[in-house]
Amino acid sequence: MTQTQQQPTLAVVDGTAEPPRQQAREPSPLLRPASLAQNRVPWWTSLVVLAIAAVLGAALSALISFNLALWLVLTAVLYLVISYCVTRVKVNRRQATDKMWANLVYLAFVIALLPLVSVIWSVTSTGIPGLLESGFLASDMQGVDGTTDQRSQEEGEPVLGGIRHALVGSLLITLTATSISVPIGLMTSIYLVEYARGGTLSRAITLFVDVMTGIPSIVAGLFGAAAMAWFLGVGNSLGLPVPTRSTMGITAAIALSVLMIPVVVRTTEEMLRVVPNELREASYALGVRKWRTILKVVIPTAISGIAAGVTLAIARVIGETAPILVTAGFVVSNNWNLFQGWMTALPVYIFRQFQNPTSPNFSDPSHQRAWAAALVLIIIVMGLNLTARLIATIFAPKKTGR
Amino acid sequence: MTRSGASHPPVKPTDQSGRQEPATNPLTTSDSGGVMGDRVFSGVALLAGAAILVTLSFVAIFLSFNSVGAVYREEEGLILEQFLEYAYPLVVGTLIASLIALVLATPVAVGVALFVSHFAPPRLSKSIGYLIDLLAAIPSVVYGAWGMSFLGPALVPVYGWLHQNLGFIPLFAGAPSQTGRTIFTAGVVLGVMILPIITSVCREIFIQTPKLHEEAALALGATRWEMIMMAVFPFARAGIISGVMLGLGRALGETMAVALVLSPGLLSASLISSGNSTIPAEIALGFPEAPPGSERQAQLIAIGLVLFIITLIVNMTARWIVNRHKEFSGAN
Repeated sequence: MTQTQQQPTLAVVDGTAEPPRQQAREPSPLLRPASLAQNRVPWWTSLVVLAIAAVLGAALSALISFNLALWLVLTAVLYLVISYCVTRVKVNRRQATDKMWANLVYLAFVIALLPLVSVIWSVTSTGIPGLLESGFLASDMQGVDGTTDQRSQEEGEPVLGGIRHALVGSLLITLTATSISVPIGLMTSIYLVEYARGGTLSRAITLFVDVMTGIPSIVAGLFGAAAMAWFLGVGNSLGLPVPTRSTMGITAAIALSVLMIPVVVRTTEEMLRVVPNELREASYALGVRKWRTILKVVIPTAISGIAAGVTLAIARVIGETAPILVTAGFVVSNNWNLFQGWMTALPVYIFRQFQNPTSPNFSDPSHQRAWAAALVLIIIVMGLNLTARLIATIFAPKKTGR
Repeated sequence: MTRSGASHPPVKPTDQSGRQEPATNPLTTSDSGGVMGDRVFSGVALLAGAAILVTLSFVAIFLSFNSVGAVYREEEGLILEQFLEYAYPLVVGTLIASLIALVLATPVAVGVALFVSHFAPPRLSKSIGYLIDLLAAIPSVVYGAWGMSFLGPALVPVYGWLHQNLGFIPLFAGAPSQTGRTIFTAGVVLGVMILPIITSVCREIFIQTPKLHEEAALALGATRWEMIMMAVFPFARAGIISGVMLGLGRALGETMAVALVLSPGLLSASLISSGNSTIPAEIALGFPEAPPGSERQAQLIAIGLVLFIITLIVNMTARWIVNRHKEFSGAN
């Protein structure tokens, strides 16, 4: 009743003007299409405001002392303020607030992109010279010491040394960690999805997987070192032929498994849960045993997701530094034996080259090697991420025919 | 997940005797190996699940067992106070760095999540989300190198300015670092590292906002921002908090970025001069040099246990908030 008498006008929504009660019988002029344009600013306003802000920002930063960062910051602030004022004057307060927050959201996105661009650009630009050095991928650090680095820096001789031993170490440790984690993780998620019926044990496992997801990587490393030391102590007292020191590749692999298992459980569980129940029931109806149903129906349906999840888990642990640093140590030469002697992984190599340059006074060659190794590491990790994405899309179960 | 019990092969052997089928059935007569396979398979699955429980308890047991040496000495008995004196500055330093990271990352992360869920063109939002996930893919040691060589030096003039103009605040007192390797730089790097975590949690929850709530708000004349304030944020509050807590958990345990960026020192209130240290950095820098079985090693393992407990509490709180929220919201 009141609704028919009182026309809803834009002015009411505005909250700025009094609702024209006397015109209630006639259609309000504000409701005509032409009037809709009154409460908006033309589309090019933002561009003009941005240009003004950029010019003003340049002028202001020139007054203080010009540099690029200051100019950009001033431009952003000025743009926010001017854009708010223009909308406030031209439209109304509520639209102006809306505009300001929208601008802030766009700004947040730009701010988030800055470090990504900066990291990738800095690693690429500083890493390429080292990567192009001949023999960087094919040699290790044996025979590279302070004097060779000093000669490289002072007399311009080529930088010696490479990352072969680190690549070998990373490969061995990661592969071992994967072959420990994937069976345990996969079978656990099969238990959770196919066998558990919401009992205490399955709830406990879910909780513990949550807890494991949050374990700091350095704590996992400490666990690996402590556990292996204890294990070797027991083995030694039993008279078994065990290594005397716990610092070796397999210790690092165990520490990494602690980090990797929860990731594998999480992703595979999710993938197994989305397998339609009709498929399982159809299989049971044909008289197929449960374990064969799981192996032949459930897992093949979910295999693309599982493979993608495992690849992502590998990408996560291959970049881990801290657990390997405290469990496998670092050496300068190749070590193919997981069960004997120290072993270098690629992230640890980067860390050591930065933290303890081969020649403390002439650190440029060390830094060059470290940046090149960082570039290699980023390429590996990004490649793994891309592979996971490709696996997930290419080998996804067919949607048609069901 | 309701499958009829009849289609289940028995998990427990006790059920077996009750389900004897006629020997003439050709589907089961030749299937004696299948029964065995079922038992073995379910047993292996159960074992794998139990292995996780055992592993985690081993983590707790080994860490506790090995850290005894830090709080107990043969001659002097309990030396808890000595350990607390050692642990206190590290705990505070870890909290400072993580808090800086949270304060910087949270607004940006919420903004980016809103951008992806409500502002970006729908066709682009997926690839934008992937772009932000790339931030999470970069290894922490690379972030450390970046913070040490690029971000730190870039922040030196900022520190100088802060010291000159705001030096009366204790946070900006003290000689500003000339290399930029300060706790504040470490906090910024940590903020960049936890940004994708908070963003992805917030994004998930923003997308789940009931469309009807949003449309109702818009239909009543709300602007887009008012709609977000009235429909999206109230719905997502618990999700944002839990995302922030998960980010905090990651920031607390992050090692390499801090170990590389920060030049460690004594605990101090100043954010812009070198000093302070965090638990993970202390372990990473000290453990390789500590002789096995020594008191120093026990001390480092004990401080690792402290870190484990802190992150455990933070992560559990986050999960608890999410689960409690799930019960009311009707999401999922």
